[in-house]
Amino acid sequence: MAIRVEHELHGRRRGRNHGLGLVLGAFVVLVFGLTVVKVSRQDEQGNPPVAAAVPAVADQTGGGY
Amino acid sequence: MSDITAIDGGIDTAQEAGFGDYVALLKPRVMSLVVFTALVGLLVAPVAVHPYLGFTAILFIALGGGASGALNMWYDADIDRVMRRTANRPIPAGRVSEGEALGLGLGLSGLSCLMLGLATNWFAAAFLAFTIFFYVVVYTIWLKRTTPQNIVIGGAAGAFPPMIGWACATGGIALEPVLMFALIFLWTPPHFWALALFMKDDYSRAGVPMLTVTHGRAATRRHILVYTLILAPFALALALSPVGGPLTLAVAVALNLAFIAGAVRILRRDEAVSAADGYRAEKRFFRFSLLYLFGHFAALLAEAALRPLGFGGW
Repeated sequence: MAIRVEHELHGRRRGRNHGLGLVLGAFVVLVFGLTVVKVSRQDEQGNPPVAAAVPAVADQTGGGY
Repeated sequence: MSDITAIDGGIDTAQEAGFGDYVALLKPRVMSLVVFTALVGLLVAPVAVHPYLGFTAILFIALGGGASGALNMWYDADIDRVMRRTANRPIPAGRVSEGEALGLGLGLSGLSCLMLGLATNWFAAAFLAFTIFFYVVVYTIWLKRTTPQNIVIGGAAGAFPPMIGWACATGGIALEPVLMFALIFLWTPPHFWALALFMKDDYSRAGVPMLTVTHGRAATRRHILVYTLILAPFALALALSPVGGPLTLAVAVALNLAFIAGAVRILRRDEAVSAADGYRAEKRFFRFSLLYLFGHFAALLAEAALRPLGFGGW
C-alpha cells in the first residue's frame, strides 16, 4: 500500500490541535480583558465599585417599577 | 499507537476524535438553553452589570453546563450505547474514551466555577458548583436509574441557570429568580414525558425507569396535564412579579392556554390513535414546549429592554 504524505488522520489531529490552540488563545484574551475591566473599576485604594441599581428598579422603593 | 500503523491501515481512523467530538461532549444544544435563561436572569436583575463581566459570566455558566454534560455522558455511556437517540455520541461511538470525558468534565467544572467567582462573585460560583453537583450526582448518578421521578427532581438542575445569572448581578437570590426557577422546573416533566411518549423503545431498552415504562403511557398522559396545570399559575406569577409586565402577562396567558390545550389533546388520545398518526400531537406538544419556554424568557427580556424607554414593567 502506498504511503501518502498526508493521511486523513493527520488532518483530524491538526484540526483538534488548531481548535485547542484557538480556545487557549481566546482564554488568554478573555482573562486579559477581565483583568483590565476589574482593575479599571477599582478606586484608588483598590476597592471594587459599589453595585449600581438599575434606575427603573431603584424607583421600586417609590412605589413604581 | 504510531502513525505508521495508521498509514498502514492498521487502525480504524474513525476512532480518532476530532475537535467537534469534544465540543459534542458539552451538549451544545442543552447549553443554548442554559445560556439564554442565565442571560435573562442576569439582564432582568435590578443591578447593572458591566457588559464584559456579564459576557464572561454567561460564558462560564455555559461552560459549567457543558462540563456537567460531559460528566453525564461519562457516567451514562453504557445506556447511551443502547439508546438509538444517543448511540452516536462521542463515547458510545468510540471516538472519545470515558476517561477523557471524565477528565474534561472535571477540569471544566473547576475552571468554570473559579472563573465565574473571579468575574462576578463567589455566591454565584458556589451556586454553579452546586448545579453541576446536582445534575451529575443527584440526577445522573442517583435518580435517573432509580426512580420514575428522575425527570421531576433532576429538572431542577436545568432550572438553576436564571438564578445563577441573577446571583451574578446581585450577589443573592430574590422571589423573581425563584419564580423563573419554578417555571423551568415545572416545565421539564411535561417536556420530557412528551418526548418519552414517542421515543418509547429507547428508554425501555436502556432500562431507564421513565414514567412511560414504570407507570404506563396512560398515566404519563395524565401526569403531563397535571404538570401543565400546576405550571400555569407560576408562569402567571412571574409575569405579575416586578420583572414582568403587561407584555409578559399577555404572552404567559396565551402560551399557557395553548400548552394546557395541547396536554388535554394528549390526554384524550390513546396508544392506538397516537401510533396511527405517528405521535403527531405528542411531537407537536414537544416542539411547542420549546417555544413555550423561549416565549416566557424572551418576553421578560423584552420587558427589561423596553423599561428604560418608558414602556414595559408594571
